Amino acid sequence: MSHAISVAVVLYGLWLLLSGHYVPLLLGLGVLSVLVVLFIATRMDVVDKEGYPVHLGPRALLYWSWLAWEIIKANLAVTRHILSPRLSISPTVVRVKATQKSELGKVIYANSITLTPGTVSIDIDGPYISVHALTRDFAADLRTGDMDRRVTDFVNEA
Amino acid sequence: MTLSLVDLLSWACLLGGGFFGIVGGIGLVRLPDLFTRFHAAGITDTLCTALIAIGLMLQSDSWLVSVKLLLILAFLFFTSPTSTHALAKAALHGKLKPLRYKGKEGASSST
Amino acid sequence: MFIAAALAILVTMALALTRALLGPTVYDRILAVNMFGTKTVLIIAVYGFLTGRPDFLDIALVYALINFISTIAVLKFFEYGDLGHAGTTRRKRGAR
Repeated sequence: MSHAISVAVVLYGLWLLLSGHYVPLLLGLGVLSVLVVLFIATRMDVVDKEGYPVHLGPRALLYWSWLAWEIIKANLAVTRHILSPRLSISPTVVRVKATQKSELGKVIYANSITLTPGTVSIDIDGPYISVHALTRDFAADLRTGDMDRRVTDFVNEA
Repeated sequence: MTLSLVDLLSWACLLGGGFFGIVGGIGLVRLPDLFTRFHAAGITDTLCTALIAIGLMLQSDSWLVSVKLLLILAFLFFTSPTSTHALAKAALHGKLKPLRYKGKEGASSST
Repeated sequence: MFIAAALAILVTMALALTRALLGPTVYDRILAVNMFGTKTVLIIAVYGFLTGRPDFLDIALVYALINFISTIAVLKFFEYGDLGHAGTTRRKRGAR
């Protein structure tokens, strides 16, 4: 229930932000559409800790800044590979183990893998994620498990 | 016309975003198979988008515009891995197999 | 400077279109079209700044939503041959 109220507040804030017209008709329509969205979301069973992970809180900023730096580094590496005249790639598929217990953690880990260019998670099979890497180096980097540890730290100490 | 630091920074971001976009496009045409092309699309989905959005944010004169740009950026960052993963999984369930072990050093010990 | 960014995005879109036309498999084409869509979002935003009308950002936001939904819908269509398919078996959720 507290989740539903929090979702409603966030949605209405978004409505006010994007609408920019504060007349009774539009404010009322906003309330109406927030209620409809809440109804659909409740019916889809996504208004809970997993669908709306507000408990992760400010540590998300810490993780995102680390992830942003990783993304920049990986982008530069992939750019070098693409622009090199010989196209020095060695595509490979590896399976890495995700140590996160919750599905939310696994989703965050898999999405982080995909967001970092050079590695794309292509399949999830129990605790294992199949990852396609552009070169062996990217695969080796992933296998050190650094990102996995950080995601586990980020998610599990809620 | 005087150049402020913010202007310089935003122009650097815009040009950098354009550069990475073109690199991603080149990669999309140049790379040999679907699964390697994901990585090229990944470049344009992450750094190119982020740099251009940040460059525009620095140029905007109202905070509302910046917030909208931030929303666009956040939305693209949350959806692009989802659609990439959906595409990869669909391709894998189709008949496509990724090119593997194409390197010259022979197969590594990946499982 | 906005013009330079817009031109760069246009070149990227042309390259994505090349891959969409060449693409041996349907998945290559979907990937290219998805990328084309993301670049469209960016070029709408840049065009809004170029003409001094930041209202264009609303259109860019909506286009980003439509692009994502359409990619997923096309993928679902190719995977199941039916947009109304419920997907794989529904997982029962434990009380949490």
